[in-house]
Amino acid sequence: MNIYGIRAIYHFEMARTFRTLWESIAAPVLTTSLYFIVFGKAIGSRMGDIDSVSYGAFIIPGLVMLNLLNESISNASFGIYMPKWAGTIYELLSAPVSWAEVLLGYVGAAATKSVVLGLLILGTARLFVPYEIAHPLWMVAFLLLTAVTFSLFGFIIGLWADSFQKLQVVPMLVVTPLTFLGGAFYSVNMLPPLWQKITLFNPVVYLISGFRWSFYGIADVNVAISIGMTFGFLIICLAFVWWVFKTGYKIRN
Amino acid sequence: MNSDNPDPIIFVRGVNKTYPGGFQALKNIDLDIKRGEIFALLGPNGAGKTTLISIICGIVNATSGTITADGHDTVRDYRAARASIGLVPQELHTDAFESVWATIKFSRGLFGKAPNAAYLEKVLRDLSLWDKRDQKIMALSGGMKRRVLIAKALAHEPTILFLDEPSAGVDVELRHDMWRMVHGLRAQGTTIILTTHYIEEAEDMADRIGVINKGELIVVEDKERLMRKLGKKQLALVLRKPMASIPAGLNAWPLTLSDDGQALIYSFDTQKEESGIAELLRALGEHGIDFKDLQSTESSLEDIFVSLVHKPMGARE
Repeated sequence: MNIYGIRAIYHFEMARTFRTLWESIAAPVLTTSLYFIVFGKAIGSRMGDIDSVSYGAFIIPGLVMLNLLNESISNASFGIYMPKWAGTIYELLSAPVSWAEVLLGYVGAAATKSVVLGLLILGTARLFVPYEIAHPLWMVAFLLLTAVTFSLFGFIIGLWADSFQKLQVVPMLVVTPLTFLGGAFYSVNMLPPLWQKITLFNPVVYLISGFRWSFYGIADVNVAISIGMTFGFLIICLAFVWWVFKTGYKIRN
Repeated sequence: MNSDNPDPIIFVRGVNKTYPGGFQALKNIDLDIKRGEIFALLGPNGAGKTTLISIICGIVNATSGTITADGHDTVRDYRAARASIGLVPQELHTDAFESVWATIKFSRGLFGKAPNAAYLEKVLRDLSLWDKRDQKIMALSGGMKRRVLIAKALAHEPTILFLDEPSAGVDVELRHDMWRMVHGLRAQGTTIILTTHYIEEAEDMADRIGVINKGELIVVEDKERLMRKLGKKQLALVLRKPMASIPAGLNAWPLTLSDDGQALIYSFDTQKEESGIAELLRALGEHGIDFKDLQSTESSLEDIFVSLVHKPMGARE
């Protein structure tokens, strides 16, 4: 295994984060703080509890997930798209690194950044809203699993995109709507029966539901199904990246 | 295009490349690169030089064929094969926001080598980049960026170095520095494969020459042998009295008359044992043709290159 190669990619990507600390970390934390102030404090104080959890506390897992998904996708997609765009990918393609090692470097760095950001947002939320974490180990497990899975998904978008516009299309037009409609700000049980059924086709529902369960022990869908769905998506993404590297799709042809 | 070398450092057999659009960039390429040589790959734009290099380095997949680098199959044993190769690409692809030091450290790690600050310092000093080590690449001139790319390619101590059009867009000083460095690397045992548009550079530097045209490798030959084999010499005889046409008695000789009628031009093959000059001079004397000066010229590699790529395929030997 090319450990030095993995480390080189990982450090390169982390260095990029530190160069753009404001955009990478400070901006998402600030934006989420505004959500807490507006929805948690201002509007939340006028809303009733959901399953015995105050509205301000209820939206914390959803907001963390919202950022985790967006940041994982954008970090990883940008990480692999930039060398494609700048032409420096020639070095990666000619290096003695396997596809698994490339993934460990890029996806590892993107997931690290997202997890750090998620924890920072959790810490920031504490300043505005009191909350408890019922299952801290499961919370960390969901955080890691989601960060890795969606960093992998972002990596695929970065491989597929051949313009900055395409890089933005999937996060903006698919992921953000699915996250907002995935129960970040409400419980699925609050929807009319038909929409409760339709919303189960949204994969983000399972992520947010599972993550919220680790905080408050309440879930819209069974936790085992949440974990299973996330693992399923992870395996699909891994299989796709393996196929890309095997066939050279869009990168070696 | 097989050489007699029993231990080629690069061994290419039956390599074809057809791009998804249907364009066939390489047609059944066979090539051996000898250990420790400087090999120049010449060809017009779009001939397939960069595609061939990219396939050997692993950047582009071949449609068919096999390649080994330093004894390792570039597909099955790609780690060992790629670890032995350094590539300086044609375009100035750099990480603009990185420092010079960070980017060569990255390259060394990427190619699986343990950190070695002393070696990297030597590489930067050899390329006159040491003073720029903390500068961001975006702040460097084009020539300096080219040096950074060379430093990146050398960061993992490769035994094979590909230089794809390294002289493109660089000033004379850098070009001379670069060629000095290439000779130094060769002296240390590094095999160097370069493509260049500056044919005189290939003439000065290379041990062997390969010419590729329209995806086909049309000749691979020792440089001296190629120039002897395909080179022509010309002897210009400056006449005392201009003439309107060549006398009929001299028709057997491959002579041409200059436009102003002041000189007879005799072309002869450098490969033949006898140039025929002595006999020609005797024949001229017999016809009463007197001359006041003699000038001999030899065809350059450029002349040979141009004649090769413009000759119909069937006419080549």
